[in-house]
Amino acid sequence: MGELMLDGNAIAGFLQEVFAVEMTTAIGTCGGCGAAGPVGAVHLYRGAGIVLRCPHCNNVLAKIVKNDSQVWIDFQGIRTLELAV
Amino acid sequence: MAGTALRGRLTWQLAELVEAVAETPRVKTIVFDVPGWPGHRAGQHVDVRLTAEDGYQTERSYSIASAPVGTRVALTVQRLEDGEVSPYLTDELRPGDKIELRGPIGGYFVWEPSQGGPLMLVAGGSGIVPLMAMIRTRAAAGDDTETRLLYSSRSQDDAIYRDELERLSGNGLTVVHALTESQPPGWTSYARRVDAEMLAEVSPSPAERPRFYACGPTPFVEAVAESLVRLGHDTQAIKTERFGATGR
Amino acid sequence: MAPIVSRGFRGRRAAHVDPARIPPGQYVTADFPVLSAGPTPHTALESWDFSIVGELDEPRGWTWEEFRALPSEEITRDIHCVTKWTKLDTVWRGVSVDTLLEGIETAADFVIQYSDGGYTTNLPLEDVTGGKAWVVFSYDGQPLAPEHGGPARMLVPQHYFWKSAKWVRGLLLQSADEPGFWETNGYHNYGEPWQEQRYAGD
Repeated sequence: MGELMLDGNAIAGFLQEVFAVEMTTAIGTCGGCGAAGPVGAVHLYRGAGIVLRCPHCNNVLAKIVKNDSQVWIDFQGIRTLELAV
Repeated sequence: MAGTALRGRLTWQLAELVEAVAETPRVKTIVFDVPGWPGHRAGQHVDVRLTAEDGYQTERSYSIASAPVGTRVALTVQRLEDGEVSPYLTDELRPGDKIELRGPIGGYFVWEPSQGGPLMLVAGGSGIVPLMAMIRTRAAAGDDTETRLLYSSRSQDDAIYRDELERLSGNGLTVVHALTESQPPGWTSYARRVDAEMLAEVSPSPAERPRFYACGPTPFVEAVAESLVRLGHDTQAIKTERFGATGR
Repeated sequence: MAPIVSRGFRGRRAAHVDPARIPPGQYVTADFPVLSAGPTPHTALESWDFSIVGELDEPRGWTWEEFRALPSEEITRDIHCVTKWTKLDTVWRGVSVDTLLEGIETAADFVIQYSDGGYTTNLPLEDVTGGKAWVVFSYDGQPLAPEHGGPARMLVPQHYFWKSAKWVRGLLLQSADEPGFWETNGYHNYGEPWQEQRYAGD
């Protein structure tokens, strides 16, 4: 799988900064294979931006790009996201 | 606090270094005073941000090593040979210096006594840090949840917190060391890398439904998680924190 | 709160650099950071091929042997990553895109680079021709390592390095522009470092 890959937990601070809620315990369902699991356990890659991939099928769950004033998030790979409020 | 979503945007704040303690030749614990620290859960981490005079900035994440005590936050940092940040933290930073820090962060890789056990902790190298926070939190609460730690280090000198782990053993805590490169004379515990056989010998059985926390370099964690699944443990009961190829 | 300078922190960066060589907002690094949008693909050379497809008279393809038999050249350039690191005088060996497109007739104005693993990135065709782009297979005198995009990647040094696709397998020629993996999600469609075109809207 590669030494570069971390888990979603590694960007917990970043996600909380963006969403104002702790995100790593949110449960996501993969739009590719239907597997569900916590965001903290997804596969994380750092490219030009952040890429979260399904640990089962490698489908791109989300892409995140951020600068000082904006965040762009592509969630297309996540069918549903369930959070405790 | 347990079970509630952690709210609010994280903000950077200044933390002052109050104490530095050498743990092993390559590892140091640095203790910060963080004004207004709300406390933390074992397994959580902080993000640290460093800024050079020309504006260059870089961030790293470090697991919190300590159980929550007031506004004190201890990080245990392994000095990487050609690291950009770790040598600064272990060699340059002096008591009185301030750095930017935000936290506590994380809700996934956390454990508190109310979650119960049996608890099986698997650490590779500096992956021991968040697991030590769990062990310390457990001890501070006087909790006796059945807990086992399998801790892989290169040599005895590289095993962090050795004396403290020995002191805390008993009362439901079992510590097993695996020394992968060199062992002291008379060594009777494991002298090889963690493998499925070792995990089977040390871990509770799948029937006991243990909760696993595995932390360390990515390849180590991958191998452990894979072995545990093959041994029949529930994937959902295995939580991992990968440190990447060379630590966070 | 503006970031506070960390006393004594320098970071691991090269000293003594001519500032005129560094685009705005960039910092020179001595190492070669590895960034990736996904796991490293491992394509056996026996299965590898490179294609030019899309709006052209006849698609072209080369096996690895055929590709390596094409005229290649050594290229030394500075490279700039949108994540702010710049690496000076990187040395590559590769085949010019001009060589790959020689004799091709096309009305296409745009090219999309596509890679193993699904990554894509787009550029105007004129920005990969005229000596501006290569398909490279060697870095610093050694075969290109998989983590850096081997066996072959694009090298388009006049744009931020996300526009030099790793593990490239072909070029798709189109009359319509088609924003790629990052261009559809916040990064600039053109990405010119000296104008600091990092993000959409810059």
